[in-house]
Amino acid sequence: MTLDFPTIPLPANIACTQTTVDAAEWQRAIEQLKITGAAFVTLWGTDDRDLNNRFQMHAVFLTPTGLIVLHHPLEPGTANLEPTYPTLAQLFPTAARMERATRDLLGIASTAADQRPWLLHSAAPTYPLRHDPAVCHSERSEESPHFARAATTPYPFLQVEGDGVHEIAVGPVHASIIEPGHFRFSVVGEKVIRLEARLGYTHRGIAKLFESQQQQEAHRLAARVSGDSAIAFAWAYCAALEALTATACPLRASRLRALALEHERIANHLGDLGALGNDAGFAFGLTQFSRLKEDFLRANQAAFGARYLLDYIIPGGVAVDLPQEAYAHLIHLYRTTDREVADLRTIYDEHGGLQDRFREAGHLSLNQAEELGAIGLVARASGIAQDLRVDHPSAPYDTLATQMVTETTGDVAARVQVRFREVFESLRLCRALLADLSHTSVETAPIAIPISIAEPNRLGIGIIEGWRGPVLIALETGPNGTIRRCHAHDPSWQNWPLIEYAIRGNIVPDFPLINKSFNLSYSGPDG
Amino acid sequence: MKSITVFRQFGEMLVAIAIAPLFAGWIAQCRAWMQNRSAPPLIQPYRMLRKLFDKDVALAETASPLFRITPYILFGTMVLAAAIIPSLATDLPFARAADAIALIGLFATARVFLSLAAMDIGTAFGTMGARREMMIGFLAEPALLMILFNAFLLFGSTALPSLVDGYRAHPSLMDPSIIFAAVAFVMVLLAENARLPIDNPTTHLELTMIHEAMLLEYSARHLALVEWASNLKLFNYACIGFALFIPWGIATHSADGVVAMLISDAALAIKLIVAGAALALIESLSAKVRIFRAPEYLAMSFLLAVLGLLVHLLLGAKQA
Repeated sequence: MTLDFPTIPLPANIACTQTTVDAAEWQRAIEQLKITGAAFVTLWGTDDRDLNNRFQMHAVFLTPTGLIVLHHPLEPGTANLEPTYPTLAQLFPTAARMERATRDLLGIASTAADQRPWLLHSAAPTYPLRHDPAVCHSERSEESPHFARAATTPYPFLQVEGDGVHEIAVGPVHASIIEPGHFRFSVVGEKVIRLEARLGYTHRGIAKLFESQQQQEAHRLAARVSGDSAIAFAWAYCAALEALTATACPLRASRLRALALEHERIANHLGDLGALGNDAGFAFGLTQFSRLKEDFLRANQAAFGARYLLDYIIPGGVAVDLPQEAYAHLIHLYRTTDREVADLRTIYDEHGGLQDRFREAGHLSLNQAEELGAIGLVARASGIAQDLRVDHPSAPYDTLATQMVTETTGDVAARVQVRFREVFESLRLCRALLADLSHTSVETAPIAIPISIAEPNRLGIGIIEGWRGPVLIALETGPNGTIRRCHAHDPSWQNWPLIEYAIRGNIVPDFPLINKSFNLSYSGPDG
Repeated sequence: MKSITVFRQFGEMLVAIAIAPLFAGWIAQCRAWMQNRSAPPLIQPYRMLRKLFDKDVALAETASPLFRITPYILFGTMVLAAAIIPSLATDLPFARAADAIALIGLFATARVFLSLAAMDIGTAFGTMGARREMMIGFLAEPALLMILFNAFLLFGSTALPSLVDGYRAHPSLMDPSIIFAAVAFVMVLLAENARLPIDNPTTHLELTMIHEAMLLEYSARHLALVEWASNLKLFNYACIGFALFIPWGIATHSADGVVAMLISDAALAIKLIVAGAALALIESLSAKVRIFRAPEYLAMSFLLAVLGLLVHLLLGAKQA
């Protein structure tokens, strides 16, 4: 047992327990989790003043036995003081930005020293996730120190001082059409001493938008949290809802979901591999991998009805079955992709100039990755064996014997190799899934079952290994099929701060390559 | 001075101005084909220039007059360079005023102005680009000089037209040292013209740019002139290469007349087509080197040129 607290089960798609703790216990629980090597997944806050007159913090950790969810009702704040809770950031550094974002949205603060706004850059009129905007409006006038400061002062980046140190500010508008983010480099010559990123430019208020959705409909919003992970988010959402309503997704639907998830993984990995070549000046790689990716997107359109697989997964199953002609086409696609990616891998591996750029660039050691809490693909490239499909397989992965892909060097080359090998493994999974699917026909196996409305005020969790890493949805139900609160977690939250470590000591022109090897989402964590 | 030589001189300058963008377009087209992309049309660079000339200039508030005159200086120096490089004929009145060392000086002048203009606005990128450009420049210039010395040693002249005339008159003087110099020259050409593997002319990653970073603040006609000057620079380098290593077809002093001119036109066209395809092939096969590998790359070029000199001296000693 990882925790010496009484825990009770929580509905989720993998083993999951929860416990409610006070501030001292919260601190102690976090220390225990750190010592036992649990991975921090996410945290979020809720406004539960209508239920128990408290704000609540929730944190999720991943242990070898499953998920552990901590709930912590905060002591009420006073007129001049926001409610506070002990910070996680000292033990789990990646929590720092999530805590700052929680403060922006809800007006509850951690005890961490860094309280700069994260998501909401200038003064927002209200804390959007509080249920009583009128009350917080009066609280948010000039006397509220948090928002007065956000409105009037520029964002203070940490300054590096010394002989010859100067700053390069990049973004949020870039020379190409990419997502917005600001990067502040402190450099000596070409060498990067420190990088500090500032994100939040694509904040769309997803969490607030969830509150106006119906449970049966919100999978569509979940799929749009980060467009390149549509399947992972939609599946995580549906898994949470299905866990809450004790619905068992039909096996055929699970297989179709897994097939779509692996398609999403393959398409993104192919796109990244091409972009990584291009960022090292090897445009040939980009065109070849773009072509292979496009083949997958077209196959998605033909097989699932959407290029980027939006709205394919619905609560209770999937939207459409594979058309009959898709089987032969997909088998052919897997075979050609397998062969061509193997050819391209040889070209990449044997290209001296390319390998010179990849190797030892953006190095993230195993020790760093463990200390900082890396997650997903980045963690596996640094040698952390962590993959939900292997560690906590739910249907249909429980019968697929997925092979985990890890590398040890933790540099750009390792992240390239993880992508290559995951493409091959995903192709193998796709073939196995397709073989299973071709044995059962629609008449005998339904692809979706009706799903009932969940009871109000209950929490359910869905967690799915997307192509970047674990994607988590925490769904809290409201009355009559509404949503009280839904927290969508993108693994980029954890891995964004790691780039700042991986770039240290590298040179400025290598940053785009290192950044691309992580290829993190902006819109996912910005919410 | 015969009117035909004056006509030739200005004709050559006009040809350079006119077809330099075409050469860039041809390289872009070859690159696209080699990467299995459908290629932009050959005249794409002209369309780009026209578009830019049609636009209004957006000028930074901090821009000084230096920033505004630099595009004209760049364009002017490149046209002047085109005037003294025997791309079509060797009987060039301007070429008598300036030898190949002055030519390197012209390129250096352009580099200094562009770097100053890049730093003029005060953005981080301009300064970054200027810094990197100077690093490449101070390594590339000596290498280029060494390459030219190879040819100077052969013919005892530092003027490009007399080199070409010398080759044409005594083809037997072609020396193994020229092979070393030719390889070194291609390396310098790639580095000096912001091509792979040193710089990537098609990149959108502002942090990796060298040449492009210096142009980020330019717009409209200024940008058009700078781009055109870049095209001219590449064209000029190609023509220096032709004059040094494959001078066949260039109309010499002795060969006057319309036929010689036509032959030299055709020869230049063929050489540009082949050279463009070869450049595109080199670029498609290479990845961009880490920027601190650039000194190694240029040192290699310098070394090859020195080896060429040594080979020449050794062989010369044997003959003596």
